[in-house]
Amino acid sequence: MDNTAEVQDREDSLKGVGCSRKRKEDARFVQGTGRYTDDLKLPGMLFADMVRSPYAHARIKSINKEKALALPGVHAVLTAEDLKPLNLHWMPTLAGDVQAVLADEKVHFQYQEVAVVIADDRYIAADAIELVEVEYEELEVLVDAHRAMDDDAPILREDLVGKMDGAHSTRVHNNHIFNWQAGEKEATDRVFEQAEVTVKQDMYYPRVHPCPMETCGCVASFDKINEHLTVHLTSQAPHIVRTVVSMLSGIPESRIRIVSPDIGGGFGNKVGIYPGYVVSIVASIVLGVPVKWVEDRMENISTTAFARDYHMTGEIAADKEGRIKALRVNVLADHGAFDACADPSKFPAGLMHICTGSYDVPVAHLNVDGVYTNKAPGGVAYRCSFRVTEAVYVIERTMDVLAQKLGIDKAEIRRRNFVKVEQFPYKTCLGWELDSGDYHTALEKVLNAVDYDALRKEQQEKRTQGELMGIGLCTFTEIVGAGPSRNCDILGVGMFDSAEIRVHPTGSVMARMGTITQGQGHQTTYAQIIASELGISSDEISIEEGDTDTAPYGLGTYGSRSTPVGGAATAVAARKIRAKAQKIAAHLLEVSENDLEWEVDRFKVKGVPGQEKTMKEVAWAAYNNVPEGMEPGLEAVDYYDPPNFTYPFGIYLCVLDIDKSTGETKVRRFYALDDCGTRINPMIIEGQIHGGLTEGFAVAMGQEMPFDEQGNLLGNTLMDYFVPTFVETPHWETDYTVTPSPHHPLGAKGVAESPHVGSIPCFTSAIVDAFAHLDVTHMDMPHSAYRVWQKVHELGLDKRA
Amino acid sequence: MIPSEFEYHKATSIQDAIAQLGAHEDAKLLAGGHSLLPMMKLRFAEPPHLIDINGIEELRGIRLEGDTICIGAMTTENELIHSEILQQHCPLLVEAARLVADPQVRNRGTIGGDVAHGDPGNDHPAVMLALDATFVLHGPGGERQQAANGFFLGTYWNDLQEHEILVELRVPVIKKGVGHGYSKLKRKTGDYAVAGSPVVIELDGEVCRDIRIALTNVAPMAIRAEAAENILRGKVIDDALIEQAAAEVLAACDPAEDLRGDVLYKSHMAAEMARRSIRAALLQARG
Amino acid sequence: MAKQHVSFKLNGKQVDALVEPRELLVHTIRETLSLTGTHIGCETSHCGACTVDLDGKSVKSCTVLAVQADGSELKTVEGLADAGGLHAVQKAFIEEHGLQCGFCTPGMLIRAYRFLQENPNPTEEEIRWGMSGNLCRCTGYQNIVKAVQTAAKTLQQA
Repeated sequence: MDNTAEVQDREDSLKGVGCSRKRKEDARFVQGTGRYTDDLKLPGMLFADMVRSPYAHARIKSINKEKALALPGVHAVLTAEDLKPLNLHWMPTLAGDVQAVLADEKVHFQYQEVAVVIADDRYIAADAIELVEVEYEELEVLVDAHRAMDDDAPILREDLVGKMDGAHSTRVHNNHIFNWQAGEKEATDRVFEQAEVTVKQDMYYPRVHPCPMETCGCVASFDKINEHLTVHLTSQAPHIVRTVVSMLSGIPESRIRIVSPDIGGGFGNKVGIYPGYVVSIVASIVLGVPVKWVEDRMENISTTAFARDYHMTGEIAADKEGRIKALRVNVLADHGAFDACADPSKFPAGLMHICTGSYDVPVAHLNVDGVYTNKAPGGVAYRCSFRVTEAVYVIERTMDVLAQKLGIDKAEIRRRNFVKVEQFPYKTCLGWELDSGDYHTALEKVLNAVDYDALRKEQQEKRTQGELMGIGLCTFTEIVGAGPSRNCDILGVGMFDSAEIRVHPTGSVMARMGTITQGQGHQTTYAQIIASELGISSDEISIEEGDTDTAPYGLGTYGSRSTPVGGAATAVAARKIRAKAQKIAAHLLEVSENDLEWEVDRFKVKGVPGQEKTMKEVAWAAYNNVPEGMEPGLEAVDYYDPPNFTYPFGIYLCVLDIDKSTGETKVRRFYALDDCGTRINPMIIEGQIHGGLTEGFAVAMGQEMPFDEQGNLLGNTLMDYFVPTFVETPHWETDYTVTPSPHHPLGAKGVAESPHVGSIPCFTSAIVDAFAHLDVTHMDMPHSAYRVWQKVHELGLDKRA
Repeated sequence: MIPSEFEYHKATSIQDAIAQLGAHEDAKLLAGGHSLLPMMKLRFAEPPHLIDINGIEELRGIRLEGDTICIGAMTTENELIHSEILQQHCPLLVEAARLVADPQVRNRGTIGGDVAHGDPGNDHPAVMLALDATFVLHGPGGERQQAANGFFLGTYWNDLQEHEILVELRVPVIKKGVGHGYSKLKRKTGDYAVAGSPVVIELDGEVCRDIRIALTNVAPMAIRAEAAENILRGKVIDDALIEQAAAEVLAACDPAEDLRGDVLYKSHMAAEMARRSIRAALLQARG
Repeated sequence: MAKQHVSFKLNGKQVDALVEPRELLVHTIRETLSLTGTHIGCETSHCGACTVDLDGKSVKSCTVLAVQADGSELKTVEGLADAGGLHAVQKAFIEEHGLQCGFCTPGMLIRAYRFLQENPNPTEEEIRWGMSGNLCRCTGYQNIVKAVQTAAKTLQQA
C-alpha cells in the first residue's frame, strides 16, 4: 500500500468531518429506550393539570376550589392568589414584558391558565379541573391586529395602562407594544418618489404553531432537606431556564439542576418558559414532592408559543430593467396578549432587517409595530432565526411582484440583482455583513438541473389549454448562528456557546456542549468535528448535552445555531487540545514544536520518516510524562463568541399543478439546492433538509391558527391542524454547492432551518405563478385546496361549458 | 385528554347486549371506539356505562346469501377491504373503506359503528344509501329490518329505537349493467370528507334504468340527491345531463361551514364528487 | 371506580394489571407496565406515536381501553429485537437515517413491522399508504420510505 492510500485509510477510519456517519443516538430510539420527559417517573410524583379559560377576554369574578379539593387524590389547587405572596403570579418574558403565570383578575386569551390542580395521577387531575368553578364576566374581544390601535379598541393590558415607556420604544396606544425601525427612512422615501418603477404588495404570514411530535412538559423535584431543585423539562435552552428559575425563585443557580433529556422535536416550541413549568416548580416546592406536568396536544397548539402572525407590506423601487433602487417594508406584528417573543433582547422584531435578501439593495427602510390582541402569547422562531422566515417571505414575494410588473422572468430579475461573488463579504444597507455566497452559480445549477426553459414552454402550452401549472422560485439568504454578543443576548446573557472536551489517558474522549439536540444528531456530528481535529475515531468520542450540572453554560439549540456557534466552540476547544498535544509530542520526540507537522492522527517530525507520535500516545503521556512546567491532563473548554452570523443560502424551485375542480395542488417537483458551507455530515444535512422542506410544505399549504370573532381558536387538534402524512408529502430532490464561511473555524454554516425558510415563499411563488397570466400577484397562505379553489372560482376558471 | 369515569360491561351475545342496554341507563355501545372514545376524551360525551360488543362473534363476518351480501355490524374497515366477496360483488364498499381514516383506525373502526354513530362526516351512511342497503336491527321487541333510505334522520340521530342494536347490513351484489362510483375529497389522510359521493347506476342498454347519488358531509346527515337522480333516470346519460345533475346536487347540499370550507365550497365539491362518481359508475356499468 | 383485572401477553410475557375501566391502553403500557417506548403524540388517534401490535394488527393504543386488551397478545417496540439482535426494520431505520428526534420512531417501527407482513414486497406508493397513520415532523418521510424498502429486501432474503 502506498503512503497516500495509507493516510487516506487512517483518515477514513476517523469518521470525521464530511463523512455520512450513521447516528449514535439511533440505537436507543429504535429500541424504545430513549428517555423523554414524560417517561420519567419519580417516587411520590404527583401530576399537574390546568384549568383554562373558555373565553378570550374576561374578568374573573370568582374561583371556587372546594369541590375540586374535596375529590380524593387532589393535593392542591393553586390560583394567582396563591402565587401572589411568592410574587410568582407574573413572570418576565424574554421580550421585556411580563406574562401572567396564572390569570390575575383577567383572562387575556382563550385557554389561558387560570388555576392548576395537583393530584395523584393524570386521571384524577383531569376530573378535578372540571370541578374548579370559575365565574367570568365577558369583555369585548380584540382579534384583529389592524384594529388594535383604534381609539375605540378595548384595552387589553390593564397592568400597563399609562406605562407608555415600553421595553423597546415609547408606546403610542395602550395596545401598542413597540415601534422598531431599521435603515434610512427619508433616503428610502426619496428614491421611491423618483423611481422609474415601484411595486407594493400586502401579505399576511399566518399565525402557525411548530407542533413537534412531543408536547411540552416537565418534572419538577424539590428536595426540601438540601434545598435543591431538579427539573427535567423539554427545553431547547436548559441553561437559560436555570438562570430564569434562579432569578424567579431566589434559589442559587448552584442548587438548581435543569435537565433536558431526549426531546421529541422542538422547532422553536421549546425555547420559551411556560406557566406549566413555573407552577410545577412552585407546587413541588410547596408540596415537597416531584410534580409532573405534560400538556396535551390541544394545550400545545393553543397556548405554548405560536410563530409568525405578521401583516407585511413589501415595496420595491426599481429601474425599468428591474434593478432594485430601494426597499421599503412595513409590518404590523400580532404578538398576542403578552409579548413573549423569543428574540435577542435588542431586536423586538428579531432579525427582520435581513429582509434585503440575496440582493444588492442600495437603501432600505423597515418599520415594525407590535400590538397586543386576545390571542396566546409566543412569537417563537418556528425552525427559523428570529423572523428571518418572515423577512425572506416579504422580499421573495415582492421580487416576484416586481418581475411580474416588468414582464421579466423571475429567474432573470434575480440574476440582475444578486450580490455578486466578488462583493463578499457584503455589507447590507440594513447593517448585516453577508459572509460568503455565490448565488449566480447556484441559480444556474438549479435552472439547468430542472431544464427551466422547457418547464416554461410546457407552462405556456398548459395555459393555452386552460390548465393551471405553476413554477415557483426562491433564492434566499439565511442568517443563522445567533450570535455575536455585540448584537445578541437573551436576558442579558450573550449568545455565545460552549464546548468542553476531555481526552482520557487511553485516548478516548468525553465532550459536553451548551447546546441540546432535539433530533439534529449532535451526538454524531460533534464527535465528527473532534475526530477530525484530534485524529481520534468518532466512535471513541462520547457527546453529552442538556444537563446543566455537567455541561458548560450555553444558550441552547434553535435558529440553526449549533453548528455555527457550538460547532465552532467544539473545533476551537479541540484545537486548544491539539496545541497542548503538540507540545507534549515535541517533548516525547525530543524536538522543537516547530519541527512537527500534523498528519490525520499524529505528529510527525518533518523530514524524518518514522519519527512520530499518535494522538493516542500523546494522550497517555499527558497523564504521566508532560514537559516540565506543564500541568498534566488533556482537556479544554471554549466559550465561542462568533464574530458574525453565518449566511447559508439556497435556490429552490417548485413545479406544481392545480386541479381547477377542487383546488387541490400536486407538487410535481421540488428541487432544493442548499449551500451551508463545509458539510460535516451529508446524510444528516439531507435529513434536515427533507424535514425542513416538509415543514415548509405544511406551513405553506395548510397550517393556520384561525380565530373567530370571539377569540376562539378554531382547529387545535391534529384533525384540523395540518401535519402532512406520508401520502400528502412530496418527494424532495436535493443538491448543494459549497461556499465556506470565512469566519467559522470549519467554514460551516447552519442548515436545518434553510429548507423551512426557503421553501415557504417558493410554494407561494409557484401557486401564484399558476395564476400569474391572469394578473394575480399574490395569494396569502395557507394554499389549501379550499383557498386555492376560491381563487379559481373568483376568476371563473371552474365554469363549465 | 382523559375520559370521565364509566362502568364497563362486556356483552357476550346480541341478546346480552340488548339486555345490558336495558339494564343500564344512558349506556352506550362500544364498537371500534374511534368516534366514541375521542369524544369521551374531550368530554363531549360522558356515558356512565359502556357496553363492549367487540366480543360478539355473531356480529362479525361477511357472507353471501343469494343476491345479497350480509355484513356483520362489527366487521372492521380492513375486513371490508380484504373481503373477496366484496371485492368481487360490491367494489364500492371496498373503495369507500380504503378511504376511511388510516390503516390503524381501519383495524378498529367498524361498518356498523360508522353507520350507527350519526356523524355526518362518516362515510358508510351515504354508501349504504347509494347501495340501497337494508339494516337488520335487534331490540327488546325482536328483529326488524329497515331500509337505509329513511334511517338517517339528522346529526347523531337515526331510526334506532331504544335499546336497539344494528346487527347486520345487507347490500345487493353488483350485477351486469350495474356500476359503482366513489369519490371523496379530504384535506389529508385521516380527515373526514370535505365532501364525498357514492353513486350506483343501473343501465338498461345505454339507458339509465335507475341511479342513486348519495352525499357525505354536506348536510346534517348522509343524503340522497334525488332531484339529481331524477334528471338522469330513464335517460341516456351524456355530459350535458351530468352537468344538470351536478347543479341539482349542488342545490341539495346544506353543509355546515367549518375549516374544511364554507357552504359554497363544500356544495361545489359535492357536485364535483358526484360528477366523478357518475362517470366512474357509468364506465363500470357499461362493462 | 372499582379497578378491573386484566391479563395479556406483552412482548411474549404474560402480564397482569389492575386498571380503571376508563384507563387507556397506552397509559397501562407506559405507566403501570413501565414500557415507555410507546409514545403519546396527539391523543386523538391521528399521529400514530402510540401504535402497538394487538393480536397481529396495528392499533393506536391511545384509543383502545386497557380492559379491551384483556386476553390479547401485544407487541410494542421493546419486543422487536430478539436474542439475535435488532429486527430488520430497526436496522433499516438506522441505515437509511429514518429517524431524527426519535419520538415517532417506535410507532413507525411497530407499524412497519406489521405492514411488511401484510405486504412483504410493497411499492413506494403502497408504503406511503400503508404507513399513513403515522406522523413524523422531522424526516419528511422520504428516508422512512427508504428504510421500509430496505427492511423489505432484508426480510425477503432471510
